[in-house]
Amino acid sequence: MKLIVDIQKHLPHYDLDVSFSLAGETLGILGASGSGKSITLRCIAGIESPTRGTIVLNDRVLYDFRQGINIPSRDRKMGFLFQNYALFPHLTVAQNIAYGLKKFPKAMVKHQVMRHLDQVKLSGLGDRYPQQLSGGQQQRVALARALAPEPDLLLLDEPFSALDTHLRNELENHLIKTLAGYQGLTLFVSHNLEEAYRVCQKLLVLDQGQVAAVGDKQAIFDRPSTLAVAQLTGCKNYSRIHPIDRYTLRALDWACTLQTADPLSPHHTHIGIRAHQITFLESLDQSPIQPNTLSAWVAWTSETPHRMTIYLKLGEPSIDTNDYHLQVEVFKEKWDRLKKRPMPWLACLSRDRLMLLKP
Amino acid sequence: MIWQPAILSLQVTVLASLLIFSLGLSLGVFLARKHFPGQIFVSTVLNLPLVLPPSVVGYFLLIILGRGSPIKEWLGIDLLFTWQAGAIASTVVALPLMVESTRAAIADVNPELEAAARTLGSTEWEVLRRITIPTAYRGILAGLGLSVARALGEFGATLMVAGNIPGRTQTLPLAIYDAVQMQRYTLANIMVILMTTIAFALLWWVRRIEAQHSHSQQQPSQQQPSQQQPSQGQTSPRNRPRATHPCHETDRRYSKTSAPLRPRRQL
Repeated sequence: MKLIVDIQKHLPHYDLDVSFSLAGETLGILGASGSGKSITLRCIAGIESPTRGTIVLNDRVLYDFRQGINIPSRDRKMGFLFQNYALFPHLTVAQNIAYGLKKFPKAMVKHQVMRHLDQVKLSGLGDRYPQQLSGGQQQRVALARALAPEPDLLLLDEPFSALDTHLRNELENHLIKTLAGYQGLTLFVSHNLEEAYRVCQKLLVLDQGQVAAVGDKQAIFDRPSTLAVAQLTGCKNYSRIHPIDRYTLRALDWACTLQTADPLSPHHTHIGIRAHQITFLESLDQSPIQPNTLSAWVAWTSETPHRMTIYLKLGEPSIDTNDYHLQVEVFKEKWDRLKKRPMPWLACLSRDRLMLLKP
Repeated sequence: MIWQPAILSLQVTVLASLLIFSLGLSLGVFLARKHFPGQIFVSTVLNLPLVLPPSVVGYFLLIILGRGSPIKEWLGIDLLFTWQAGAIASTVVALPLMVESTRAAIADVNPELEAAARTLGSTEWEVLRRITIPTAYRGILAGLGLSVARALGEFGATLMVAGNIPGRTQTLPLAIYDAVQMQRYTLANIMVILMTTIAFALLWWVRRIEAQHSHSQQQPSQQQPSQQQPSQGQTSPRNRPRATHPCHETDRRYSKTSAPLRPRRQL
């Protein structure tokens, strides 16, 4: 199973230029809304046509601009799960699932439909109409319908975006289990990085129609190479830099000097650190003294059920709540211990956690 | 005296309905799907019979069907002053209602549904037959109902091309005119009541379809699936429950008149 995509498409606000190849894994396409994720998926499915490029699936050329090949959607053998499911409202659940199975004999279709209904835990609901199902059930029907013809490639276009949070988790686990038993390739489009991280092994980050990063998901989260990727993967703190020597730099937006573990190069323009990777020291005489330890004042805090986000000002007390340099996330238990300490606190930006970023 | 015009009216209306259905559906699908230069011109010409005086429509039909026309001279078919000519006149006058309603209903079908059918292996023809038309059937039926009612009541153009020959081309509307001219008011009354009843029934049916239509999109009362008893054999589209899930794009349908003519696609 192998998919090679290299397509360009002219769009009103930017030009889409995506290329990647995939063999065996689930690839998550991550990007902000309007970054070209869905259009990429639609081009692969043949719903829209690219302007140039090639799409090859298992040695089958699906699209080739130069050879003038553009296989229609119906012959591409792809399952597409639409954002709003696109279930046929005039057909029952069973008829929806059977829709792509018309080339099989009737008895077999019936058997297949039963099997797929069972797989998505909707046995007994085959006679209902889509409107009579809940959102989560509709999503599972759409998944069963896309998988029923045993496609070579499964395309999932933000499959959880129309669901409530509590349903998402359940359906996400269901999807992960279903994908584990599925032979073909999967492309999963999402703007939710945690969701994409849980479902996929590899990630592709799209920014304004361009591939900002592609590769193993952990590598992308740990070592985002550019500022855009860092932002899209949820990095809250970043600053412009001025290099001092090979391992030292001035963080202009944070008004401090920092040491890095990786050597600086002229391409690096920014530095970043994730909000949960900033730590606090008890006192300065902790030995050995760590580099990048800075005195910090709390500007303000915001509370979530389990965590606390602390907004810190480095070097001097903050003037108002908008005057801060860093966001730090800590669990509530940690916060309960921290808040008793006198100001300034000692914030530690570990050298290994600092990410050097290109523009 | 009333049976002859009634049977003729039935004949004319049945033939006209068949023509309206086949022509109107094809034209409606064509106009909703294809984007070509001069589309607005074609659609305007098709709508002209709605606003032109019936005598003008009848005059054009006389030219098309009469002496010197290809149909008369080359094919040797003389339709003038037959009930078939009356059916053609009814068709031309009522067709815009069917075309417009069908076009709007087809254009209103969620394109994602059609895209989904294509990814599931359907050809364009299958998409049209199994997805687009079944999803748009309300608008199509409403258009058919309206245009059949209009065809049944056609008077002016019919008079021009089919004449008013009792027993041969005299339909109910023409017979009513004659009866009033001859001051046979009892006969006129009976025929007027008959026409009004049929027209009322047809329009009532159309309004009911449209009411269900807007009901299904505007009242997405969140019914629990368990409260509905799905029974076997509910496949008839008119019987099945109309509860919809809110915010679901596959249920997105607007009033059929609100879908404007699509401008030519950019690029």
